[in-house]
Amino acid sequence: MPLNTTALVIFVILFALVTFIGFFAGRWRRGNLDLLHEWGLGGRRFGTVVTWFLIGGDLYTAYTFIAVPALLFGAGAIGFFAVPYTVMIYPFLYLIFPRLWSVCHKHGYVTSADFVRGRYGNRWLALAIALTGIVATMPYIALQLVGMQVVIGAMGIETSGFFGDLPLIIAFVILAAFTYSSGLRAPAMIAVVKDMLIYITVFAAIIAVPVHMGGFGPMFAAIPKAKLLLAAPPAGSWGSFSAYATLALGSACALFLYPHSITGILSSSSGRVVRRNAALLPAYSLMLGLLALVGFMAIAIGVATMPQFAPGFKAYSNNFSVPALFMAMFPDWFVGVAFAAIAIGALVPAAIMSIATANTYTRNVYREFINPNCTDLQESQMAKIVSLVIKAGALVFIFFVPLQYALWLQLLGGVWIIQTVPSVIIGLYTRFFHGWALFFGWLAGFGIGTWMVLLNNYAPVYPLKILGTTFPCYIALAMLVLNIAVATVLSLVFNAVVPDKSHDMTQAADYA
Amino acid sequence: MSDHDNEHRPVRRVLWARLLLLLPFIAMLWVSSYNSVEPMVAGIPFFYWYQLLWVLIGAALIAFVYAVER
Repeated sequence: MPLNTTALVIFVILFALVTFIGFFAGRWRRGNLDLLHEWGLGGRRFGTVVTWFLIGGDLYTAYTFIAVPALLFGAGAIGFFAVPYTVMIYPFLYLIFPRLWSVCHKHGYVTSADFVRGRYGNRWLALAIALTGIVATMPYIALQLVGMQVVIGAMGIETSGFFGDLPLIIAFVILAAFTYSSGLRAPAMIAVVKDMLIYITVFAAIIAVPVHMGGFGPMFAAIPKAKLLLAAPPAGSWGSFSAYATLALGSACALFLYPHSITGILSSSSGRVVRRNAALLPAYSLMLGLLALVGFMAIAIGVATMPQFAPGFKAYSNNFSVPALFMAMFPDWFVGVAFAAIAIGALVPAAIMSIATANTYTRNVYREFINPNCTDLQESQMAKIVSLVIKAGALVFIFFVPLQYALWLQLLGGVWIIQTVPSVIIGLYTRFFHGWALFFGWLAGFGIGTWMVLLNNYAPVYPLKILGTTFPCYIALAMLVLNIAVATVLSLVFNAVVPDKSHDMTQAADYA
Repeated sequence: MSDHDNEHRPVRRVLWARLLLLLPFIAMLWVSSYNSVEPMVAGIPFFYWYQLLWVLIGAALIAFVYAVER
């Protein structure tokens, strides 16, 4: 692909601006960055507006902006499950997470595993929750790099070989440096710039493409029938309907359990801020839904058959559909803005994810098992170093492991993280469950879920046979049901034999 | 009461209002109710505009529950 100089210049300018903001952010609402909750939670004092940008920038990642339209582009209507998924996450956020905020604020918990440790007094269960969060997030960070790689490649920079990897290395060194020095304040401030760029880009696409095509009618008319709707289920099966519904519901249950989501929630200044945001964050869902349709716009414009994009599709397959559409529709300078939005959109979640996993490792592995007497300074220092290691790991992963593995691990990550629902979410409401019963429930869901995904050739939906009908179900959701069943049965036994309710360090009033 | 106290006052949970938050789940999980092209609006098939509309309805319901519980 030819080098797109105009786009590249705009891109570099915006990237430089964001770098400056990242380093400057450490001085914003100044706190003692040698304390873990200051570095890793921004001092828990983000109000409604900052939290909106932070969680929005955190959940709606660069990878989302590339992959969701790419899924519609490639697979059609099933890819739209991202919309019902994001409709269902906000009732969860409103009802459940202010409770988690409240108990964590009361006891100074920084991670969900901190809460589990306090609630169940079981360090091994807490370790399981912590490690699940870390391994589920790692491939997610790696995928953020994919989004960045695609737009860098689209601007005409060769992205293979050592010199091809260089732009990505530079971007990540910058990211690592400002995360290290400013902590969570950096992505919070950068998220404001990122989101404005993203909104501008999406609305430009949503207006420009239908105008170009003469309305949405001709655009949808150009979509093949098979892609426009879900396939009607065959007799004796729920077919694509249950696949669509369980993918949406399972993803919704899993989302706020990821360490980076929890970090976003806990950094807000009150439960009320979390509730307000449950009503305000759907603005991002609307944008995501509109952006998903960009995948159809790419079909309608016919980017796949344009000769100038052939190398891009060869290198990045369907993930190239969004960049290709932007290049086909917009002047070069605006392509620079759009691509910068996507690349910066990768930095924000990557920073928050690395901070969240660093918090988790430091609190629930290092302080719990390795150095229980560490000082506050040692604790925050460890977290800063781990955040560097995690980013380096993601970079190595992207360079040396085929992309397909990152996608598979990301799918497995969803199956894994949902197994923490009984300990963290149900644990907010009841102490019926025994700590060890939750551990074995987690083990069953994690182990059998992983095995099923492998057995299913890495497809997320497994055709369950229930009473003679076929019910294609998202594996994560089916394994959550298994997990809860195991934990319930074992709790009845364990509570009778070795009750552990006295280990609970929280009180009913903490959950206000 | 200072603003800070107001922010940290425990929420007054109103059950009937909270039950409204079941509606987005019912609507979105009932896939067969919206897997159709007609009725189209402005050339957009039902399947797409209906689900996008639920993003707005969902947000409005949450805002309503928030207002009731304040």
